[in-house]
Amino acid sequence: MNKLLMHPATKPVVFLLCLLPFARLAYGAFTDGLGANPAEFLIRATGDWTLRFICIVLAVTPLRVMSKWNALARYRRMLGLFAYFYVVLHLLCYSWFDMGFEWGDIAKDIAKRPFILVGFSAFVLLTPLAATSFNRAIKAMGAKRWQMLHKLVYLIAGLGLLHFFWMRAGKNNFAEVFVYAAIIAVLLAWRVWNYFANKRGKVKPASAGAVRTG
Amino acid sequence: MSFPSHPSRPIRRTASNSGDNGFIHPLSSEITSREVYEGRRDMLKLMAGGAAGAALAAFASREALAQTERPNKLAPLPGAKSAVPGAMSMEKVTDYKDASTYNNFYEFGTDKADPAKNAGTLKTRPWTVEVEGLVKKPGKYGIEDLLKLSAQEERIYRLRCVEGWSMVIPWVGYSLAELIKKVEPQGNARFVEFVTLADPKTMPFVGSRVLDWPYTEGLRMDEAMHPLTLLAFGMYGEVLPNQNGAPVRLVVPWKYGFKSAKSIVKIRFVEKEPSTAWNKAAANEYGFYSNVNPNVDHPRWSQATERRIGDGGGLFAKRRKTELFNGYEAQVGQLYAGMDLKKNY
Repeated sequence: MNKLLMHPATKPVVFLLCLLPFARLAYGAFTDGLGANPAEFLIRATGDWTLRFICIVLAVTPLRVMSKWNALARYRRMLGLFAYFYVVLHLLCYSWFDMGFEWGDIAKDIAKRPFILVGFSAFVLLTPLAATSFNRAIKAMGAKRWQMLHKLVYLIAGLGLLHFFWMRAGKNNFAEVFVYAAIIAVLLAWRVWNYFANKRGKVKPASAGAVRTG
Repeated sequence: MSFPSHPSRPIRRTASNSGDNGFIHPLSSEITSREVYEGRRDMLKLMAGGAAGAALAAFASREALAQTERPNKLAPLPGAKSAVPGAMSMEKVTDYKDASTYNNFYEFGTDKADPAKNAGTLKTRPWTVEVEGLVKKPGKYGIEDLLKLSAQEERIYRLRCVEGWSMVIPWVGYSLAELIKKVEPQGNARFVEFVTLADPKTMPFVGSRVLDWPYTEGLRMDEAMHPLTLLAFGMYGEVLPNQNGAPVRLVVPWKYGFKSAKSIVKIRFVEKEPSTAWNKAAANEYGFYSNVNPNVDHPRWSQATERRIGDGGGLFAKRRKTELFNGYEAQVGQLYAGMDLKKNY
């Protein structure tokens, strides 16, 4: 597996796979293939894919440590940036199709509606993470501080979940929310468990090398 | 003007439009002769005066009067153009495909594409609607009797969903008031409760914890008696598709869509305000009245604007401003005179 992950063609293939949801949405938008309410479809689908990529990127480290596929670490940055790519699309779709780029209305909407505020906060918090994802930023900040900053992703995952939960709350329709919540809970719980296991010295540190390899 | 492509309305077209266009003249063979034209009128009058007058007249005039082209998917249910004020919106009618594949019917799933996928299992015959509570003539009414209880009318209503989207739908049915008058409510009946089918065998999501089943709705007596409150059996000139609430549903055009209960099995006349499904699920978000009101926001989103499904411009069409009482203020505003609509949301 490590060999496959290190293969020079693997990363471009994963990159293209990550673009598939976008391609499908773009194709649907141009061919009228997104149902009766294409605006709603795009806003929801880009939100879904943001949450999915957050789950995927949070799964990298647990998977790497448990499977010993250390080359997985090479993919973490790209997956994280795809989460940001989809959240930018999500915000863009909302601003465009729901709000017609009326900035005053958008500002009012964010202030007035808690579930929008929570989603918007998650976007704002994710921005410095995306902005410091290149190697020079890590060097300039120092690995320790960079890592501290990027721990924000846990908070962002929680805010994203809350945003989704609130969106569905009015209709009491939580089945999907619980699936995402369960996935994120397991991924975060593993980190807590791993932290204490490391402290007791039973398991080798999980984060060693993570920064260097991106 | 192209007569051959409008075979369903040659008489009207010829009578009113001949000479409108100086370039394309109808062939003289296509012009309906005066005798035939007038003879048809006489026949209509004759039928209207007969025993089954209203129904037959509606039937005979169905082609001249029907506003909407039939999708030819289900059995026809023609309705005569309604004379009720406000009942015939002139706005562009939503495509049948959108109206029948994008809607909420939680018994068949929470996604708006689910009802069309899953409602095939619903059995709409035999079907009875039980009228009970504070009425002089309670009883079980078979769907066939209900269909004939009053003349079917076509009504083109705007429909505004609480989620912020809207459609324009040509329903077929008659004023609920016709049924209410027949069953003679007692003096102390102040509200009408609607109970809908909750059959776990044919409705896969009955039993999910999303709502308290069966789905119930309610109206104040004066709301229920308002001529715009429609007991609908069809849409687009045909019987209702299962996913839209077959075989009989309510349509209250000035309230958010969820007030219009689908697949009704019980109509109950009561003294106290009945509890309603969404109000039980989230009382702070969905009130008993739920009148369309751009000035009273849903706690999580604004109700000031709406997205008209199938609007020209598609994805890039601008949302339109939502109107108080969904634009039916002239007809229903007086029902709520002096009421605080913010409190009674």
